[in-house]
Amino acid sequence: MTTGTKPLRLKILALAVSAALGIGIAAPALAATQLTGAGATFPYPFFSKAFYEYTKAHPDVTVNYQSIGSGGGIQQFTAKTVDFGASDVPMNADELKRAEAGGPVIQFPTTLGSEAITFNLPMVIKGGLHLTREALAEIYLGQITKWNDPKLARLNAGANLPDTPIVVVHRSDASGTTYIFTDFLSHVSSDWKSKVGTGKGVEWPAASSVGGKGNEGVAGQVRQTPGAIGYVELAYAIENKMQQAMLENKAGKWLFSTANGARAAAASRASISPTEFSIVDAPGAGSWPIAGFSWGMVYESPSDKGRAKLTRDALVWLVTDAQPIAGTLNYVPLPANISEYAKKQLERMKV
Amino acid sequence: MLAVYASSALFVLIVAGLFAELFSGSWLAMRTFGPSFLWTSHWNPVTNHFGALPLIYGTVVSSAIGILLAGVIGIFAAAYLADFANRFLAQPLTFMIEMLAAVPSVVFGLWGLFVLAPIMRNYVDPFLQAKFGFLPIFQGTIYGTSLLTAGVILAIMIVPTVTAISRDVIKAIPNDLREASASLGATRWETMWKVVLPAARAGIFGALILALGRALGETIAVTMVIGNRPAIAVSLFAPAYSLPSVIANEFTEATADVYLSALIELGLVLFVVSMIVNGLARFLTLTVLRPAGSR
Repeated sequence: MTTGTKPLRLKILALAVSAALGIGIAAPALAATQLTGAGATFPYPFFSKAFYEYTKAHPDVTVNYQSIGSGGGIQQFTAKTVDFGASDVPMNADELKRAEAGGPVIQFPTTLGSEAITFNLPMVIKGGLHLTREALAEIYLGQITKWNDPKLARLNAGANLPDTPIVVVHRSDASGTTYIFTDFLSHVSSDWKSKVGTGKGVEWPAASSVGGKGNEGVAGQVRQTPGAIGYVELAYAIENKMQQAMLENKAGKWLFSTANGARAAAASRASISPTEFSIVDAPGAGSWPIAGFSWGMVYESPSDKGRAKLTRDALVWLVTDAQPIAGTLNYVPLPANISEYAKKQLERMKV
Repeated sequence: MLAVYASSALFVLIVAGLFAELFSGSWLAMRTFGPSFLWTSHWNPVTNHFGALPLIYGTVVSSAIGILLAGVIGIFAAAYLADFANRFLAQPLTFMIEMLAAVPSVVFGLWGLFVLAPIMRNYVDPFLQAKFGFLPIFQGTIYGTSLLTAGVILAIMIVPTVTAISRDVIKAIPNDLREASASLGATRWETMWKVVLPAARAGIFGALILALGRALGETIAVTMVIGNRPAIAVSLFAPAYSLPSVIANEFTEATADVYLSALIELGLVLFVVSMIVNGLARFLTLTVLRPAGSR
């Protein structure tokens, strides 16, 4: 009980002080400044938890983040109706040009996402299903169409893979998850790069492809379709205890998708920038090849300096001290060098 | 009187405003792709090449399957509830059917993905393939999520509309007709088939049109079970895609101007497709299905 009395006494003291000074002190505390952000759905669970914690420590600020999608986030940011925007992918040249009509823009990484390959086979494969990066690309290109294809059989000697067609599952809603996945395929397959390309949505070439809406849609399709293969966010795969395939990375090591693997991939790059941000197929023995950053954006010199300062402080906290919160939600916390980079970018804000 | 005019004028204004807005929003896509937007099959956000044909096909065919199944089941159920079931059975049944109409479509969608799609893949589709596999529409790989599954989920969603309205229409048919029919020696079934349903057909058709409108515009439930592949396949077991599903799936992340404009043009296409389908249905009501006697 002795530990409880001190805060209580403090509270009473605070009450007494504010009562003594009159309502003048209490009023600003009630009218906390509300900062608003809008954009990608991917970081939403992290943002909402983190900003909730932030308000607990800073009662004068609340942050309202609307997960309306990256496209909407960029539009609202450009129209200056929000204090910050968020997008799964940094703004491209066109978008940036439009946004910079309103002044210089700062883009910074907010968190790191990783993806897992999941599949459905009516058997247990000792040591896990092994796939090379090239084999995965050929599956998604529709060039490997059966599970007992010699290329897969060679990788999984002794597994006796069945003679069933491979059903390729992808996201039907445009998403950053698909962007990172297709970016990866473009890096490991020149065929994919020239025929399909990289995007939040693409024209899926495999004849037996099926689209699922959201992680739950892809997961549902894979779980219910024998012979299916798909990609989902790592957090979703962990929370739903989904079966993962092993992938060979650039260094020739076989890995399952883990938070550490994504962190190693992110740390493998000495520096990133809004134009050089891809970390797929990263070098290094521990690097998981399918991962990417989620981004935020602010104007360098907003007109309302008071709000600008509050925004900067909240976002600097988000990319540094709040990163462990991301870890608890199965996101991947930014590695130290990237966190430092994001902080440096944000500190360019003129407040 | 003024209020009556004003309310009607409001509808005209809303429809005209919607049309104008869709038209201006899709102007860029129309200029870029021209009318070939309607008959090309590419949907490629990477290269920004768009064509709506597979989406129009998916929308029309899934709705057609839906209205066919819901029409048959709904009219039978309505006839039963109106003239055959006893009061103690009819009331709870009617209540349950009306409850079904209140279930949100996202619930139907998730149920469709996790319950209906596996049933279709494991039982219904293989059964159809075994019995009617000589028909091209029942050939090919079975995925579970398909045009047929989308049609079935639509049927489940619109059958309450068909049943509830048809039942009211059938009940409103004067009893004189039934008594006259019975006095001529007709059984209850003969009365229903030859007297009551023909007299009620205009109203029943209205119910079908209303239900069709919901089927054409349904988004979330369809996207969960249709497989979301923008391609036209002969087989009903193959994945397909529908106009509202594409809009819902891609609108939030569409950042290129022409991409956004193409999505808005899909809205315009859906608007026009709905108008054409409704117009055709009305034309049918006025000509083929004109009530007996007024011919």
